[in-house]
Amino acid sequence: MLAIEIKDLTKDYKVGFWKKKPRRALDGLSLSVEAGETFGLLGPNGAGKSTTLKILFRLIFPTTGVARILGENIQDRSTHARLGFLPENPSFYDHLTAEEFMMFASDLFGIPARQARRQTGELLDRVGLAGTGGLRIRKFSKGMVQRLGIAQALINDPDLIFLDEPMSGLDPIGRRDIRNLILELRKEGKTVFFSTHILSDAETLCDRVAILDRGRLLGCGELEQILAMKVRTVEIVIEGPSAQTLGELRPYARAMVRTGNQLRIESDEKDATVVLGTVLACGARVRSFNPVKSSLEDYFMAQVSAPEEDPAENAAQPPLRKRAARSGR
Amino acid sequence: MIHRISTIALHTFRQSVRDKVLYNLVAFAVLMIGAAILFGTISIGINQILLVNLGLSAIEIFGLMIAIFIGISLVWREIERRTLYNVLSKPVSRWEFILGKYLGLLLTLLVNAGIMAAGFYLALFYSARRFGTLDLGSLEAIYFIILELAIVVGVALLFSCISTPALSAIFTICIFVIGNLLGDIRWFGHESASGLMTRLTVLLYYVLPNFSDFNFVSRIAHGELIPGRVVVSDSLYALLYTVVLLSATIMIFEERELQ
Repeated sequence: MLAIEIKDLTKDYKVGFWKKKPRRALDGLSLSVEAGETFGLLGPNGAGKSTTLKILFRLIFPTTGVARILGENIQDRSTHARLGFLPENPSFYDHLTAEEFMMFASDLFGIPARQARRQTGELLDRVGLAGTGGLRIRKFSKGMVQRLGIAQALINDPDLIFLDEPMSGLDPIGRRDIRNLILELRKEGKTVFFSTHILSDAETLCDRVAILDRGRLLGCGELEQILAMKVRTVEIVIEGPSAQTLGELRPYARAMVRTGNQLRIESDEKDATVVLGTVLACGARVRSFNPVKSSLEDYFMAQVSAPEEDPAENAAQPPLRKRAARSGR
Repeated sequence: MIHRISTIALHTFRQSVRDKVLYNLVAFAVLMIGAAILFGTISIGINQILLVNLGLSAIEIFGLMIAIFIGISLVWREIERRTLYNVLSKPVSRWEFILGKYLGLLLTLLVNAGIMAAGFYLALFYSARRFGTLDLGSLEAIYFIILELAIVVGVALLFSCISTPALSAIFTICIFVIGNLLGDIRWFGHESASGLMTRLTVLLYYVLPNFSDFNFVSRIAHGELIPGRVVVSDSLYALLYTVVLLSATIMIFEERELQ
């Protein structure tokens, strides 16, 4: 079953004071997320991640396109009873305490008071805010506000949780806690859809990721597939190379970096045997030999820094990108 | 639906209390105590008229200040601070939010007016050492003030959805002032030789809220009672006007993008 289904979503903002011109924030985004998945929406600042989430919650309206959440059109607000949402840089009524805000949120869901009180305690504890429930939110640090944002997003025990930049404002301990929380949610069978520009978080947490840039979907695929992309280069670290060895290695090296007595050589996989043979023949010592694995960062950078595509070239897209363009899956 | 609206309304009331809005009651208390002592030195008949005039006017002015200055930022502040995201991402419709906000501020005004009314009657009792049947008329005046405030909150809330607090305050105050002068404006149009001016003033008379119809303070201070049909017709007018204002606010807010 699809938890989220987005088809051809476009959003134009009108900018300018007098002659308003449209600025495209989202350009024909199509995407779908299976129930139970942890899905990461990646992209640099201004890519359209928050715009997508705001459209899904009807805080802003799409120019064109449709979206369904848990099988229902996004116009149907009753679906929100099964959703949790952490907005980017959340802000709460600062005259309330954390407990009061959680009770207010529970009331909006119609959760009975006794159950709400129990859940409030459990959730504040779970996000690391135990003992601060009676403190006014205006006295919270940015990290505490972020933690409260996550707690309130879970107050209704949602099936699908949207987190917009969940790690924002958190210290390393906070990031680890929230990472663990997301992993727990995944274990509980919840669908988690989160936006981030911190790639290591996505790499740790996501089943699948999509990459947005300037409102356009550049790629979408399973993380395992992305990380298992074919090894194309190797990194060899040698010790004590002579000037002659350097000269002989240069034609085969994509990059060479000398640090003290050590030399790090990056070469194509096909040239690795020649490089090793040359090093050994010259009497230098091999310290390490590692295939360079593709990381999410490589994939992200490749997608984001790629030149604008000619539509005619779409037929020649790599497999992941083809999938993205076809269905967003 | 009802529990979501009441949750937002009670939260709005709590917010007003925590923002120390009800501190105006202290100023009102000081005013009433001072007036009761000061007017006590004047002859019995006149001091009651002065006290009723002052007390009811103070209830109206304090209420108006709260209605306008809280009303104009009621929605704007939620949008600016993005606290609205945490409400509308729950199963809350935009119209429920607006209605909750409106009722919350109205509740604040009712509580405020109720406490001020109690203080006012204490001052009356202190001044005359007894309650007369004419004092009941002051309750009527307070009821009309509340009807007036219900419309003012609606106007302020409408502007709060489309403009900044500074502009909303200016617009709301302008409408309140014009609304109090509508009778004179209509008369001016009627006397004018220009047909266009006549039509324009008639249009203003029917479109803008006619606040002069709710102002009975002076008549009640002089011991006059307001006929029941006026109470009913003004109540219906206020209800209808509030419904129209809230409908317009909801229509605008439903289309508003919350960036």
